[in-house]
Amino acid sequence: MTKTWNNRAWFLVLPVLLLVAFNAIIPLMTVVNYSVQETFGNNLFFFEGVKWYEDVLTSERFHDSLFRQFLFTGIILLIEVPLGVAIALTMPRSGPWVSVCLVLMALPLLIPWNVVGAMWNIMALPDIGLLGYGLNALGIPYNFTRQPISAWFTVVLMDVWHWTSLVVLLAYAGLRSIPEAYYQAAKIDGASRWSVFRYIQLPKMNRVLTIAVLLRFMDSFMIYTEPFVLTGGGPGNATTFLSIDLVKAALGEFNLGIAAAMSIIYFLMTLLVSWIFYTLMTRGDEQ
Amino acid sequence: MRLSRWLVPSLYILFLLLPIYWLVNMSFKTTNEILGGFSPWPKNFTIDSYVEILTNPVWYNGYISSISYVIINTVISVSFALPAAYAFSRYRFLGDKHLFFWLLTNRMAPPAVFALPFYQLYSAIGLFDTPWAVALAHCLFNIPLAVWILEGFMSGVPKEIDETAYIDGYSFPRFFVRIFMPLIASGIGVTAFFCFMFSWVELLLAKTLTSVAAKPIAAVMTRTASTSGYELGLLATAGVLTIIPGAIVIWFVRNYIAKGFALGRV
Repeated sequence: MTKTWNNRAWFLVLPVLLLVAFNAIIPLMTVVNYSVQETFGNNLFFFEGVKWYEDVLTSERFHDSLFRQFLFTGIILLIEVPLGVAIALTMPRSGPWVSVCLVLMALPLLIPWNVVGAMWNIMALPDIGLLGYGLNALGIPYNFTRQPISAWFTVVLMDVWHWTSLVVLLAYAGLRSIPEAYYQAAKIDGASRWSVFRYIQLPKMNRVLTIAVLLRFMDSFMIYTEPFVLTGGGPGNATTFLSIDLVKAALGEFNLGIAAAMSIIYFLMTLLVSWIFYTLMTRGDEQ
Repeated sequence: MRLSRWLVPSLYILFLLLPIYWLVNMSFKTTNEILGGFSPWPKNFTIDSYVEILTNPVWYNGYISSISYVIINTVISVSFALPAAYAFSRYRFLGDKHLFFWLLTNRMAPPAVFALPFYQLYSAIGLFDTPWAVALAHCLFNIPLAVWILEGFMSGVPKEIDETAYIDGYSFPRFFVRIFMPLIASGIGVTAFFCFMFSWVELLLAKTLTSVAAKPIAAVMTRTASTSGYELGLLATAGVLTIIPGAIVIWFVRNYIAKGFALGRV
């Protein structure tokens, strides 16, 4: 659609701009402010320059939680995106069961995040939970409060349970937009199942899959509540992701400077990756 | 091939329902039975936990405050986003692309970064511990999302409709409310659903911005779990009750979900 050039459109955007700016810019400036100052209480602040940034960037603890964060995000993207696409491909294209499937699949998305954590906690308890009891009964030693491997397994499984549906629903929406004629043409040409997927379905899903990867990347990168409720970041620091570490530093230890510098670095990282995704997405639009 | 078409989605749905079943199972057990050992279904079926939650004001007030800030947030987000999305879908203006990207970055800001400054900001303006604080704070990520989804739906409406209406002598507000909004009604429904969803599930900001009066149900749950021992039965029941509003809302938008997830653009 060709758009008219009209600067008065700013008036329509203004309310949103003011409200979001109030919520985004004031807090962000507060954080920037903290990140360059030292305080000894009594609201006395001293300018410290980039000291906190140096501290964070060279600290072992930050490297570790950053590594865990990337590992976690990588694992869940590798599982959720292919799995979600596979499930969307096998879903019926029409019929009375579609609504039922969609409603049941969307259910995990609407459960408050701490309830998701509590639910998986109850599910994974080694002595009384279905998962924990089941695995132990099968002879697999499993205790997510003691073994880092079990904790990781539970956190990843929980995230797959929680968010794969988002990928399924997005991919399914993309698939539904493919006209039936495309499939008929492929049938006449005698195309294999694989080439139908590779040359018809995948290109058509391109856009929604970009959105899916973008949303999953962002949300898993800022994951806090679910692993916090499930494992509390433990055992030890095994599942302490960036947000958990950040809240620990800010509210637990009240290291305002460190926490603020970490926030800024964290935010800039998400911003960089979002910018890359956004550029890729809008370039796709223009083609 | 035929078999796998049914098998894969069915197995997946089974996997989704298992933890929910386990939660429901726990909610009908007595605390003693839960701690007594593994049992796949309740032996002494009881609805005591449900009675406790629905009669104890500490519990049910949590639900009331959660629902009130979610509704306030949904109304604010959708009504603020509507004109903005219209501007983005119909006009080019100075800095439009940068503005759109800046809005989206707020959807991507980790709430953990904002928790402490939000606490100070909302205390300073005297909204701390009211549903308004949480509702306004959730606008940070819901307004960008609402603008994004609505813009997609609006771009699907041909521009000729606007032009014809203006020629017929409609003013902008009248055209927008009488003609345009009915055309994108399903888009508005889907947007409201997404705002409801993301406000309902968020806890970190909601917990930080409230203390006693406006405590959301999710925060009541964490507090109860830590102070009065570990009452799994009550916790499970509260969890089951938080699933219900979401399930009701999903049922209303079930026919638009697929399109809504494509953000109206496919």
